Amino acid sequence: MASRVDNLYFFIVAVTAFFAVLVSVLVIVFAAKYHTKDPLAVGQPIHGSMPLELAWSIIPFLISVVIFAWSADVFFDLQRPPDQTIEIYSTAKRWMWKFQHLDGQNEINELHVPVGRAVKVTFTSEDVLHSMFFPSFRVKADAIPGRYSTVWFTATKIGEFHLFCAEYCGTSHSGMIGKVIVMEPAAYQAWLAGGVGSGSLSQRGEQLFNDLACNTCHRSDGSGRGPSLVNKFGAPVELANGTSVAVNEGYVRESILTPQAKLVAGFQPLMPTFQGLLSEESVIALVEYVKSLRTTGGGGPRTASEPSATAPATPQNK
Amino acid sequence: MASTPLTYLNHEHSVASWLLTKDHKRIGVMYLVVVTLAFFLGGLFATLIRLELATPAGDLLSNDDYNKMFTMHGVVMVFFVLIPAVPAILGNFVLPLMLGAKDVAFPKINLLSWYVFVIGFLFTVYAMVTGGVDTGWTFYTPYSSRASNSNVMMTGIGVFITGFSSILTGLNFMVTIHRMRAPGLTWFRLPLFVWAVYATSLVQILGTPVIAITVLALAVERGLHFGIFDAALGGDPVLFQHMFWFYSHPAVYIMILPPMGAISEVIACFSRKSIFGYSFVAFSSLAIAIFGFLVWAHHMFVSGISVYSALVFSFLTYAVAIPSAVKTFNWTATMYKGAIWLKAPMIWAIAFLALFLVGGLTGLFTAALGVDVHIHDTYFVVAHFHFIMVGGAVMGFFAGLHFWWPKITGRMYSEIWAKVAAIVVLAGFILTFGPQFILGYLGMPRRYHVYPDEFQVLNVLSSAGASILAVGYLIVGIYLMASLFKGKHAGANPWHATGLEWTTQSPPLPHNFEVQPIVTREAYEYSSQEVTVG
Repeated sequence: MASRVDNLYFFIVAVTAFFAVLVSVLVIVFAAKYHTKDPLAVGQPIHGSMPLELAWSIIPFLISVVIFAWSADVFFDLQRPPDQTIEIYSTAKRWMWKFQHLDGQNEINELHVPVGRAVKVTFTSEDVLHSMFFPSFRVKADAIPGRYSTVWFTATKIGEFHLFCAEYCGTSHSGMIGKVIVMEPAAYQAWLAGGVGSGSLSQRGEQLFNDLACNTCHRSDGSGRGPSLVNKFGAPVELANGTSVAVNEGYVRESILTPQAKLVAGFQPLMPTFQGLLSEESVIALVEYVKSLRTTGGGGPRTASEPSATAPATPQNK
Repeated sequence: MASTPLTYLNHEHSVASWLLTKDHKRIGVMYLVVVTLAFFLGGLFATLIRLELATPAGDLLSNDDYNKMFTMHGVVMVFFVLIPAVPAILGNFVLPLMLGAKDVAFPKINLLSWYVFVIGFLFTVYAMVTGGVDTGWTFYTPYSSRASNSNVMMTGIGVFITGFSSILTGLNFMVTIHRMRAPGLTWFRLPLFVWAVYATSLVQILGTPVIAITVLALAVERGLHFGIFDAALGGDPVLFQHMFWFYSHPAVYIMILPPMGAISEVIACFSRKSIFGYSFVAFSSLAIAIFGFLVWAHHMFVSGISVYSALVFSFLTYAVAIPSAVKTFNWTATMYKGAIWLKAPMIWAIAFLALFLVGGLTGLFTAALGVDVHIHDTYFVVAHFHFIMVGGAVMGFFAGLHFWWPKITGRMYSEIWAKVAAIVVLAGFILTFGPQFILGYLGMPRRYHVYPDEFQVLNVLSSAGASILAVGYLIVGIYLMASLFKGKHAGANPWHATGLEWTTQSPPLPHNFEVQPIVTREAYEYSSQEVTVG
């Protein structure tokens, strides 16, 4: 993706340089050629030209449309991660980036990723606005309290790259930086395996699910007072108000923190709010647990270290 | 000098005669005094910023002090320099003269505008000396409403109050242009500066109330913990950005449209011919003012707005770029086959053209969705908007100030020094902000107190440029001040310009004209100009 952004960038550099040079040269040539020291000299009475006005309105407009369309195409791909990605969660707070890997590793201000695989980071903020900015990958998105944002990228080179907070967040804004460590796939697997043994992210979510007694109502067989959560993630669900909503990370988060906001059809508004009772990391663990509740397609906790048989094609940069 | 003629400056001398004046010319001069003070204050903050950034480490200022510096630099420069500079100073002084009027439509309200402006400024200065403010001039929530411990409320009050000055001035000018034109001065005989001020007034009247509401909502949330923007209180942080930019993007046009109008005057005068495509230049001002209200979310492409609204706002942004391009081409074409007299105002105008060109063209990058994701909130954006606001608005202001200075003061400044200053400012500006485009594309985020070592070379270049820029502005201050004491008398029309303001003496009479002017010519009729009363 980075090269696509750069290609567009240099195209715009070329277009703008052309117009900058054109106008500058004309101004200099006119100033030199028609220069006079006689304060009473008068220029030729030219009042305008409709064909010229149309030309310098329409031609820039057409060029703008080309830039617009090209940049929109790049933007769509920047906003839409491919189907197969390594998923990572992150929480921004003043002044650090916390990352949670599916296998259970946590890290702060460092993010280990393998080369050549698409990585998607889903994140939110615990306090004020931040912005997750990976300049080498040409991607950025604001971390917004109360919502999930995503960025995705495919690292193409091994090495260490900057992570910056790009949205001003107070005292140590410029200290809220980190690095992405891009590794060979084998080294990345070794790094994952060397993590702390506290279980995967979804196992931590499952633990919370039981500790918070979510499982007394959200029974997997559907006999509880709340809906079963099995196979719900990624599909639309009917709401009590007659509309429907796609079950994504944001909806699961909202349903934990403000359960009455979008009540599922056929259920009573009995669930208590967990607003203020759970850290963003715990909410993420619960979200990941709900995502893992699948009866088809393998099931069980998802891990980043799944062999490429279940995470087949590495998305290529177009 | 046997007898000094009566002028608006010498007919009364007491302090009260200034502070209670209803004369638009004196009010314009009083704005010039306050805005110049604000410009030096904002420039002082900028100097500290560039000094700090000469090294990667944070060795001059603490984190919090640095954050206050860029915040107060932005607040002062935007609300107390750029927004009032051309409309309130030059507009106040020349607009009624250009219309052949004795004053603006509501002289008392005009004085009230000045007082409201000064009171707003005093609140802001008070906020600064009692601890400062550190939210960034954008006041983004929830940082501003929840996290910041600085004087957000007091600064907000200052901005809130000042807004009313802007609204009242816009209203006053709009009514003046409608009702006070001299006989024969039809809409299409108006100088293009008047069209630009008219379009600006439209934005001031329609846009400024929104920033007042936004600041008020912020105060309610910060003071009363009433959830509007803070997600923890059930609000939406992105809503603040929508409301803030709904004013603050059009505010860019409050800053740039009037200087564009001044540039039209200067280029026509010193090319000795009618502006090329008068009606296109006139209507492009209105088009910019109207389309300018429809592009605010281009500041928010990575703020969590939907992909489809991003598409719409990107497209509309390209649409608003076209009228600016049209103006630029028309100014250039005006010089074709002119009789170009390269006096100081024209040099400043050409410097404006060069910098505005870069500022406008780099807007094509920030409007491009796929590129903006990368350059948003980096130094690329900082460089882009400084090219527009300083390279465009401030250079345009200086072009206008040099053009009308003989009318305002009755004196000529040093022509040589004025040209030298224009070139020093141009060179210093390019060296300051040129490298920042590269810094931005390399990924340096804005508002960074400490930065990685690899960005140092470009930052040192930028800081070196800033010192040249500061010298340039100081030179301007010195020769303009010197002209008040030593300058040659200007006479009514030192530039042999058309326009009613040049038909009265310099400095003008207290009531502008001895007899009511009657207009029988189109604007900029240099072929049939006559030498006017001296």
